[in-house]
Amino acid sequence: MSDVSETAERSPETFGAPPARNGGPSVLSRVTTMFLKQREASVLAIAVVLFIYFAVTTPAFVSHGSFVNIAQYMAPYVIIGIGLVLLMVCGEIDLSVGFVWMLSPYVMHFFIDSGIPTFLAIVITIVLLAVVIGGVNGVVTTIFGVPSLITTLGTGYIIFGYALTISSAQQINLPPESLGLGRWFGAAPWSEIIWATVLVLIFQVILTRTRWGLYTISVGGNLLGARESGIKVNRIKIGNFMMCAGFGAVAGILEAFKNNIIDPSAGQLAVVLVALAGVVIGGTAMLGGSGTMIGLWLGVLVLAILQDGFNLRGISSNKFQIILGAAILLAMIANTYLTRLRSAGRLSGGGR
Amino acid sequence: MTVDGGGAEGGTVSDETSGQQDDILRVEHIAKRYGAVTALVDVNLHLGRGEVLGLIGDNGAGKSTLLKIICGFQPPTSGRILLNGQEVHFTSVTQARAAGIDIVYQDLALVNQLTVYQNMFLNRELVRWPLLRNRAMRKQAKEQLDSMGISTLKSVDLEVASLSGGQRQAIAVARSVFSKAKVLLLDEPLAAMGVKEGAAILDLVRDLKEQGISIIIIAHNYGQVFPVCDRVNLLQGGKITFDKYSKDTSVEELTNIVVAEYRKALEERHRSAS
Repeated sequence: MSDVSETAERSPETFGAPPARNGGPSVLSRVTTMFLKQREASVLAIAVVLFIYFAVTTPAFVSHGSFVNIAQYMAPYVIIGIGLVLLMVCGEIDLSVGFVWMLSPYVMHFFIDSGIPTFLAIVITIVLLAVVIGGVNGVVTTIFGVPSLITTLGTGYIIFGYALTISSAQQINLPPESLGLGRWFGAAPWSEIIWATVLVLIFQVILTRTRWGLYTISVGGNLLGARESGIKVNRIKIGNFMMCAGFGAVAGILEAFKNNIIDPSAGQLAVVLVALAGVVIGGTAMLGGSGTMIGLWLGVLVLAILQDGFNLRGISSNKFQIILGAAILLAMIANTYLTRLRSAGRLSGGGR
Repeated sequence: MTVDGGGAEGGTVSDETSGQQDDILRVEHIAKRYGAVTALVDVNLHLGRGEVLGLIGDNGAGKSTLLKIICGFQPPTSGRILLNGQEVHFTSVTQARAAGIDIVYQDLALVNQLTVYQNMFLNRELVRWPLLRNRAMRKQAKEQLDSMGISTLKSVDLEVASLSGGQRQAIAVARSVFSKAKVLLLDEPLAAMGVKEGAAILDLVRDLKEQGISIIIIAHNYGQVFPVCDRVNLLQGGKITFDKYSKDTSVEELTNIVVAEYRKALEERHRSAS
């Protein structure tokens, strides 16, 4: 038996990866953790600096009209951004959400025309599009194993074509009977940002304090591990696809009431890309497993301040695209760097 | 007497090592095929109450497949599993866990982005709907780790990504103990682990055994786990080909059997090549 224990002592050295040597988490990993926790704070800092810069250099920036502009610019991107954060945290993406945005007011219009009261028509539209489009996106991605980028590219085009067909690519006016309630759903200047902010707060809690959020993080962080732990991973993903499509429908309806018109040029791919910019600037990792709704709100705020400030200073919106691109790249470089720091912390950290 | 190396090839559970009544778990004629690939041919295995069974075998022998069938992660192609003499059919790990069977996977199934306590409660969270009871989970996780003598962790709020291999393993084991498992399946608990970390895990296994938990432990590097095993089974070619109490065998004998199998396979390959 003595040689047995000798084997037991000797063999680990020759096996597998060398064990970590330090006791407890290293200084590096602790600093990294602190840094990571400040991810939202750093976006907030950028927003504050930009705000002060424009407030000082551009007199009209600090005015009611300017603030309304910022709020109205932000709101729809924040709303679809919530769905995109949920999906990116669980390791997926949805390009079709902008086309749901485009389609949803037409669907609502159809239901109101069929004699359904406005409020009910709004709810039915959102639930229907969430379940059908989100369901198809989710099932094709999880059951058939198509990467969600491709799935939602395909479904996006289908929705695009469908929306163009049923609308004959024509603008239509909102049904007159819906305009009263419409004040609550985007027509009043602050109503849309209030919806967006309330939804962000609710989903921040869902992401960090509920089982659904925990499982969403688990599925994106370790898909096999989540499955081995008994989590129904496909259910989580499909559910998040549904919620994302639902947020697309919400944004589309709110925007229609805000603009007082149902417009076939609304939404589409461009809005998804802006929302994604807000998501990544806000600190949500592309790789899955982590994300923040508050960060999303702040990330889109940064974009809104830039857009509003440049606008007021008479700088063309063409140049704004350059700033947007640079902001995305800087945010992603910072994110990737943080992730690398974190895994470095794991390698050098650890204990006995 | 015990069955000789290769002697149990008939495939029935050897009565010599089986107490029948005392068996908490019996696996009978389990086979698993993935299309044309046969992972398990005909596995018969039993686990006594409070026993630690070492399951050894070469890479690809099907050890992990067998444990994943027992824990409900995947269904067998044929065969049956009896828990406390009752036939059971699990369609999910959650069901198996409820019945008292839990597993620590080789990959540990930990989520790096979550904290220690979140991982320990993964898929068994304490909830006051709709919110998680984080404070209660944190407290219970800490108590559990303390009671298991795991003291190297500074905080249960640490992200698992920042922990060492041994700490991760300990958390994965602690998580399965949480569920009040009666049967614990450990898949390569010492893989990629330092000497001291490995010793701590083996101490943990001894503690669990003392608490009356029955354990199947997979070890590719069986010399390490041999001292904690009451009995050893060898899985070769999709069957259990060797079943002896630890006191009746030795690491040398096991090594000889494994090497002999390797030589035989090598010779056969040479013969068919020439």
